[in-house]
Amino acid sequence: MNRLAFENVSVFRNGKEILGPLDIELQTTGITCLLGPNGAGKSVFLNLCHGMFAPDKGRVDWNGVSAVSTRNDRSFMFQTAAVMRRSVWANVAFPLLAQKLPKSERMERVAQALTFARLTDQAAQPAASLSGGEKQRMALARAWVTRPKVILLDEPAANLDPGSTHALESMLHDIATKSGVIIATHNLPQARRLAHHVLVFANGKLAANSDADTFFTQTHTGQVADYLDGRI
Amino acid sequence: MDILSAAWHLLIGMDADLMAIIALSLKVSGLAVLFALILGAPVGAALAIWSFPGRQVLIVIFNSLMALPPVVVGLSVYLLLSRSGPLGSWGILFTPKAMIIAQTALIFPIIVALTREAVKPVFREYRGLLISLNASPLLVLRTVLWDARFGVVTALLAGFGRAVAEVGAVLIVGGNIDGLTRVMTTTIALETSKGNLELAMALGIVLIVLALVMNALIYSISRIGLRFQEVRE
Amino acid sequence: MKFLLALLFMATAAGAQERSMVLASTTSTQNSGLLDAILPIFKADTGIQVFVVAVGTGQAMRIAQNGDADAILVHHRPSEDAFVADGYGIDRVDVMFNDFVIIGPKSDPAGISDVKTAPQAFANISSSQARFISRGDNSGTHLRELQIWQEAGLMPDYDGYLEVGSGMGVALNLASGMGAYILADRGTWLSFQNRSDLVLLFEGGVEMINPYGYVRVNPVRFPHIKSAEALELGNWLVSDAGQQAIAGFRIGGVQLFCANALTAPDLPADQQGTCAADALQR
Repeated sequence: MNRLAFENVSVFRNGKEILGPLDIELQTTGITCLLGPNGAGKSVFLNLCHGMFAPDKGRVDWNGVSAVSTRNDRSFMFQTAAVMRRSVWANVAFPLLAQKLPKSERMERVAQALTFARLTDQAAQPAASLSGGEKQRMALARAWVTRPKVILLDEPAANLDPGSTHALESMLHDIATKSGVIIATHNLPQARRLAHHVLVFANGKLAANSDADTFFTQTHTGQVADYLDGRI
Repeated sequence: MDILSAAWHLLIGMDADLMAIIALSLKVSGLAVLFALILGAPVGAALAIWSFPGRQVLIVIFNSLMALPPVVVGLSVYLLLSRSGPLGSWGILFTPKAMIIAQTALIFPIIVALTREAVKPVFREYRGLLISLNASPLLVLRTVLWDARFGVVTALLAGFGRAVAEVGAVLIVGGNIDGLTRVMTTTIALETSKGNLELAMALGIVLIVLALVMNALIYSISRIGLRFQEVRE
Repeated sequence: MKFLLALLFMATAAGAQERSMVLASTTSTQNSGLLDAILPIFKADTGIQVFVVAVGTGQAMRIAQNGDADAILVHHRPSEDAFVADGYGIDRVDVMFNDFVIIGPKSDPAGISDVKTAPQAFANISSSQARFISRGDNSGTHLRELQIWQEAGLMPDYDGYLEVGSGMGVALNLASGMGAYILADRGTWLSFQNRSDLVLLFEGGVEMINPYGYVRVNPVRFPHIKSAEALELGNWLVSDAGQQAIAGFRIGGVQLFCANALTAPDLPADQQGTCAADALQR
């Protein structure tokens, strides 16, 4: 069980509050989708979850410990994943290097992760030579290889064709059986396919927080309705 | 034509003295590049990675130091290593060691500046990933330096080129002593001053040929590496 | 840092330890080939390797004043005496001398080939506004040139007078390129290859005598000095073996340096042996 708690959290940029004040507690099992228009605060929320930086006000804790100091428990995958100037194998192995795992353990885990991402044949290739979909699969394998408690993904399929998107989503379904997944997306059909839980952001504030079945069947009002109907 | 044939005869003749001079040139400049790389590459990478007070000032200083005349570097190292200077007790003035130190100082700023240029785009790409992985400063440094290695090789070549071609610094701290500190450039200067212009020019051509061979060698090595590593985007 | 230093010393570690010393000398002794000819004989006699740093007299003294050489072999008596008087050097000895010559274009526009004295030659060059290349580097040759201008009662500041701030060889190359007059030491001139239309136009006279002195650096002032080796070289240079080696050095059959260790440089020509008499009469 991983309990995420935001306590009176605010983030400011250039004197303007771009997120918060936010109080929320979540049990991160299955897949949690963050929805909302661009600039609503999804990305900032996701970064805070991972502990990429600390909030300007308030606390972000996992099981009572600050997010910043527990980054190694989680993995973060960016919208455009960094493609390291190395082989596919070395890209996936890199997080294990950062966590100083012994070599035999690294070999084994990377092999598993590459099989999982169906990239075994490309292992020796330069990562830069992969297609867009393969690159995102490699990035997901790289996020998964450390066996994190939670994986956070920021619009991982934003630039992918339907086939590649499908491959990525099926990997996420698998991962969600073992780890928590929090994914920011503004692709509603994708959210319907993936989500067990939904958070909707609007103007830096939480506009909805409910399980997916309820969320996608009930009738909404206000900002959530505006968002779902494509008005914001 | 005289000069070309003289150069040709020098090259195929290769007497022991000339061999020793060429070997010393390569050794002094090669080791200087190695030391400058060991010292300068981490500094260059650090300047690309971390912001700290005075970083801009340091960058400007290192960029300006690239234009430093070798004689000035030589004179500074001479004053440092002179028996009357702070490091006089080492007793290494007028030895190859002094020449290596002078050339290391000469190309250190080049390595720093070019490494910084090479690392900057790599770090920009990797920044988020490295933070998200909680990478230690040492790992960050190693990672960006390794992944910018082709740019660093360029820095290395530029440094070697400047070192092997300069005469001012090695002349002052080495003294152009026959059989001990005489390198190709100081020999060329000496032969020119003796009015042996053909021999001097022939030596110059030998120097160019050597530089060409070195560059071609390193370039082809890095090409082999690039086939596996190049970012094709 | 320690590691790098260790690496540096390992990478350049000398082979077998042999006795050696550093001699700061002038380009004229090295470029002429004299030191290359006599030092191997000294090494065969004593086993001492002499490392020669060949620079101008001014820079040679400066190097020695910093304690960076064990002895000097230079050619400007007043500076040598000051060097000893200031406590930097000891035991100055006369070793040899050669002479200066005035070189210029074959056409000789200043007409110096038939004047009697060097100051007169300089006066002619100045009055005809001909180009003159000056070393301008505080070397022994430069200081002598200034002395001759002074004896001629002239200030060398006319348009054709060019100070180049370089060694003898570089200055000769310039004179060769410009067809200019220049004061040179005979040794460097004889071994100089790039003459174009330069020829020797004037020689002889006391003003042109160029004595070389050997001075050991004071071991009291610089305890690290290899004073035993420096003493041996000094003794050897004035010994019969050394003097014969110097007198025996020739380029194209011409003797370049007169060994005069056992005579005083200020003696009249007829008491200095035939070599000196030759130099004066030429």
